[in-house]
Amino acid sequence: MNPTTRPIPEYADTNRTQEQLGRDAIGRTEAQVIGTSPIERTALEREEELFTINMGPHHPATHGVLRLLVSLEGEVVHDLKPVMGYVHTGIEKSCEDKSYWKVIPFIERMDYLSYFFNMEAFCGATEQLLELEIPPRAAWLRILHLELNRIHSHLVGLGTTALDLGAISMFWYCFRERDKVLDLFEMSSGQRMHTRYFQVGGVAEDIPVGFAERVLAFCADMPERIDQYVDLIDQNEIFLQRTKNVGVVSRERLLELGVTGPLLRAAGEPWDLRKVSGYLPYSDFDFNVPIGTVGDNYDRYRVRLTEMRESVRIIEQAIEGLPDGPWIADDRKVVLPPRHELGTSMEALIHHFKLVTEGFRVPPGEVYYPIEGPRGEYGVFLVADGSAKPVRVHMRDPSFVNLQALREMCVGGYVADLIANLAMLDPILGGIDR
Amino acid sequence: MPDAPGLELIAHEVNERHQGAIVGSTYEHGQAALLADKDRIREVLDYLRDAPAHEYRFLASLHAADYLPAEPRFAVHYELLNMPRVERLRVKALVPDTEDGSMPELDSVVEIFPTADFQEREVYDFFGICFRGHPDMRRILMPEDYVGWPQRRDFPVGGEPVIFTNTEDTVPGWTR
Repeated sequence: MNPTTRPIPEYADTNRTQEQLGRDAIGRTEAQVIGTSPIERTALEREEELFTINMGPHHPATHGVLRLLVSLEGEVVHDLKPVMGYVHTGIEKSCEDKSYWKVIPFIERMDYLSYFFNMEAFCGATEQLLELEIPPRAAWLRILHLELNRIHSHLVGLGTTALDLGAISMFWYCFRERDKVLDLFEMSSGQRMHTRYFQVGGVAEDIPVGFAERVLAFCADMPERIDQYVDLIDQNEIFLQRTKNVGVVSRERLLELGVTGPLLRAAGEPWDLRKVSGYLPYSDFDFNVPIGTVGDNYDRYRVRLTEMRESVRIIEQAIEGLPDGPWIADDRKVVLPPRHELGTSMEALIHHFKLVTEGFRVPPGEVYYPIEGPRGEYGVFLVADGSAKPVRVHMRDPSFVNLQALREMCVGGYVADLIANLAMLDPILGGIDR
Repeated sequence: MPDAPGLELIAHEVNERHQGAIVGSTYEHGQAALLADKDRIREVLDYLRDAPAHEYRFLASLHAADYLPAEPRFAVHYELLNMPRVERLRVKALVPDTEDGSMPELDSVVEIFPTADFQEREVYDFFGICFRGHPDMRRILMPEDYVGWPQRRDFPVGGEPVIFTNTEDTVPGWTR
C-alpha cells in the first residue's frame, strides 16, 4: 500500500491552522500516523482508534503530582484533561485558624519555588488592610529578595525543561547557580527555602555584614553564566527543533484563558505588574520587560532567560541604592518591639506578649492584592473581620490558572511535545493544589 | 481602579441598562466593588466586558468567601481587569444560603471568560456553590467521593481523624 499524505484531522473543538499544528505533523503520512498492518487498517471509525492513557500522577516529566488524561491518535494528542488535587493540603482552610503572622510560613509552602512571592502577596494584602506603610529600606530589601527568588525559580524551570528535552548537563549548571541563590537566602534569613523573611510591616531582620558584597559578586557572575546556558542549548539543533513553533497559542486566546507571566509575554503582550502596579517601588528601578513574537516554546525560554538578566540588573540597583533607616515599620500594635527594649520597658514587654500570644488584630475589610511572580499574577484575596485571624485567605495561583492553557498548547501535536509544553508552562503542583 | 464617584457612575449606568442588577457598591482600601444580584451576574459581567466605556476583558481571579453569620451568606468575587487602562473592578455576586439545604446556584461565566473554568470548579469544590451552564461541574482538588464543603465556615478544621497503622482499625469507616 502506498502511504499517502494524510490531511490534518479536523477536530471539531480546535480551530487551528496547519501552521499552528506543530512543525511536521503536516508532513506525516497516513502510514506513520495509524500504521499499515491489516488489523489496524480495518474500517474503524476515527474515534474508535483513539487510545486514552494516563500520564502521571507519578511521571517524572509532570514536575509534580499531576495526572494528565491524554487521548491519543497514534502519536498525536487528540485531547487532554489535567486531573489534580493529589497534593492538596488544605492550606487555605488551615490559614483561617491561624493568627496573621502564623499564616506567613503556611502560605510560603503553596508555591514552593516562589516562597518570597507568596509571602509578599500575603504581607502586602495584610498591610493594605492595616493601611500600614513599610519603610523604604524594607521595600528595597523585599525587591532584592523577590528578584533573587525570580532568578532561582527560572533557573529551576530552565534546568528541568532542558532535562525533559534530554539536555541533562543544563540541569546541573542551573542548579549550581540556584544553590548560590539559596546560599544568599541562608545568609540573610537563616533558611535556604521557606525563609519567612518578610514580616507584616517590613522584613524580619536587616541584611548581615558582607551580604551586599556576596550579592554583587553573584550579580557579576550571573550574566556570564546565562551566556553559558545560551552557548549550551541555544544552538543545539535538537533543542531548537523541539521548541521552535511548538505549543503556539495566540495572544488573544491566552488572555481569554487568564494566562499571565512569561507565557503571556512570550506571545507578545507586554503585561508586567511590576511596571503598571505600584505594589512595591519598582518605578525607581530601571529594567525592561522582555516579550516574544511567536509565542512558541522557544520564545518562552528566551523570555525567561532575558528576565533573569533583567532581575540581575534590578538586584544590582537595589544593593547600590539601598536606603538607610529601619527595616520594619514602627507600629507597636503590629510589629514586635526590638529585643533590647524587653528588659527595660514594661510596655514593650506587654506588646510583645500580646503580639506573640494573640497576634495583632486587623480591621474588617477585604482586599485583593496582585503581584507579578515568576509564573504570572500571584494574588492574595484576604477577608478580615476585626479579629486576629483571617476569615478567608485565597491564593490566586498562576500555575493553577495557566494550566488551562495546556490543552490548547498540546492538541494536534506529538506526545513528546506535550512534555516540552508542560515543562515550558512550568507549573508548580504545590501552588496548583495548595 | 475607578475612584469612588466613578464607581457610583458605573453602578448607576449598569442599573439603567439592567434594572436592579446592582444592589450596592463598596469602596475600601482603594478597591472598588460592585455588589450584584446573583441571578443577574451574567448580564452584569457581559455588560462590563463588552460596553465600549468599560471593556473589562480580563478576569484576573474568581473566588468565593463565606461570611457565615452575615446575610447573604456567600459571595462569589470576580476580579475584573482592564489591561490598557490598568483598572481593576471587583464584582461580588451575593449568594444567600438556601432554606431547604439544597445547593445555591448561579450562572456560570465560562462562556465569556474561559479562564473561569477551573476556578468555578474550585468554588464548587470548596463552598458547594453550583454554577449553571458550566461544562464540567465536578470537584477539582478534593477527591471525587468526598462529602462536605470544606471551606465553609461551619466545616471544622481537623474534622478528619488522623490514621496511623496502630489506629486504622479503630478509626471509623477506614477498614470497614
